[in-house]
Amino acid sequence: MNKGKADAFVDITDVVCPVTFVKVKVAIEELEPGQILEIRMNEGEPIQNVPRSLKDEDHKVIRVENNGDGTYTVLVEKDGLT
Amino acid sequence: MSFTNEQLERYSRHIILKEVGVKGQNKLLESKVLVIGTGGLGAPAAMFLAAAGIGTIGLVDFDAVELSNLQRQIIHLTKDVGKPKVLSGKETIREMNPDVDVVTYHEWVSSANMKDIIHDREYDFIIDGTDNFPAKFLINDACVLTKKPFSHAGIIRFFGQTMTYVPGQGPCYRCIFQSPPPPDAVPTCKQAGVLGVMGGIIGTIQATEAIKYVLGIGELLTGSLLTYDALLMEFRKVKLSNNEKCQVCGENATIKELIDYEQAACDVKH
Repeated sequence: MNKGKADAFVDITDVVCPVTFVKVKVAIEELEPGQILEIRMNEGEPIQNVPRSLKDEDHKVIRVENNGDGTYTVLVEKDGLT
Repeated sequence: MSFTNEQLERYSRHIILKEVGVKGQNKLLESKVLVIGTGGLGAPAAMFLAAAGIGTIGLVDFDAVELSNLQRQIIHLTKDVGKPKVLSGKETIREMNPDVDVVTYHEWVSSANMKDIIHDREYDFIIDGTDNFPAKFLINDACVLTKKPFSHAGIIRFFGQTMTYVPGQGPCYRCIFQSPPPPDAVPTCKQAGVLGVMGGIIGTIQATEAIKYVLGIGELLTGSLLTYDALLMEFRKVKLSNNEKCQVCGENATIKELIDYEQAACDVKH
């Protein structure tokens, strides 16, 4: 499993639901299965919902890091649950 | 194509759906749907197609908006009375969604222009929102002969029906209803009346079928006639099979050219 570098990055700290997940979907649809997307998101509603929505669509959440500044960094493997 | 932030927000409820996503929304924006008749059925169908971001919508109608239309034809407003329906429809759609390119055909469909209109933008899907049998058979035959999918529908009083034709995937309208009834044998909406919402219910189902067809998702009303009785509040889905002897799509089809059937006298306008 790719533990290290992400293949793409998206910052969704500047938008609110539902555009948060929409922006993540746009980014992940541009990747190939198995590639990694790094997402920076706010604590609260985004960190509660976006990873769950990703799992619902069969993407694998590989890592969740609390950045300590009110944001989280989440690494997701495209189609990692299929 | 890439979405603007405005588009991401406008279509966010679509994009979030697993069955639509970014790719699906792009398909909708690149698709072309022809709506024949901008009346009770065509008005709500065209509006939901526009809101969904169907990139090109063709509107065909020769009528002008009348006050008596406004009880059900919600794309037209009181200020539009007297205006060609295609123009009024285009203006409403423009205000709803600037992403949509509206193509207007200010004419009645007939054997002389039907195929040209279909081929004008090579429409992906056609919605029959007409109110008379000659037009319904004309649209069916044209779609069979040009291999285009379409949604049939009809409404009267408290009753509506709809079915979807996709080439090679089930019966056409003529498989079920071989030929038009004699002129004046069957009342039209104008004579019989229609509850205003009927077009909203059935026309919106037609728009749903068009959207599903473009996205390639779910099951269409191919091989089924859906009927709706608003008084009983009852939907029924009747299974239908191909008619091998169908004159237009059967094995020994005899109809190769479009036919102009006679209109009921009270419906003919000059």
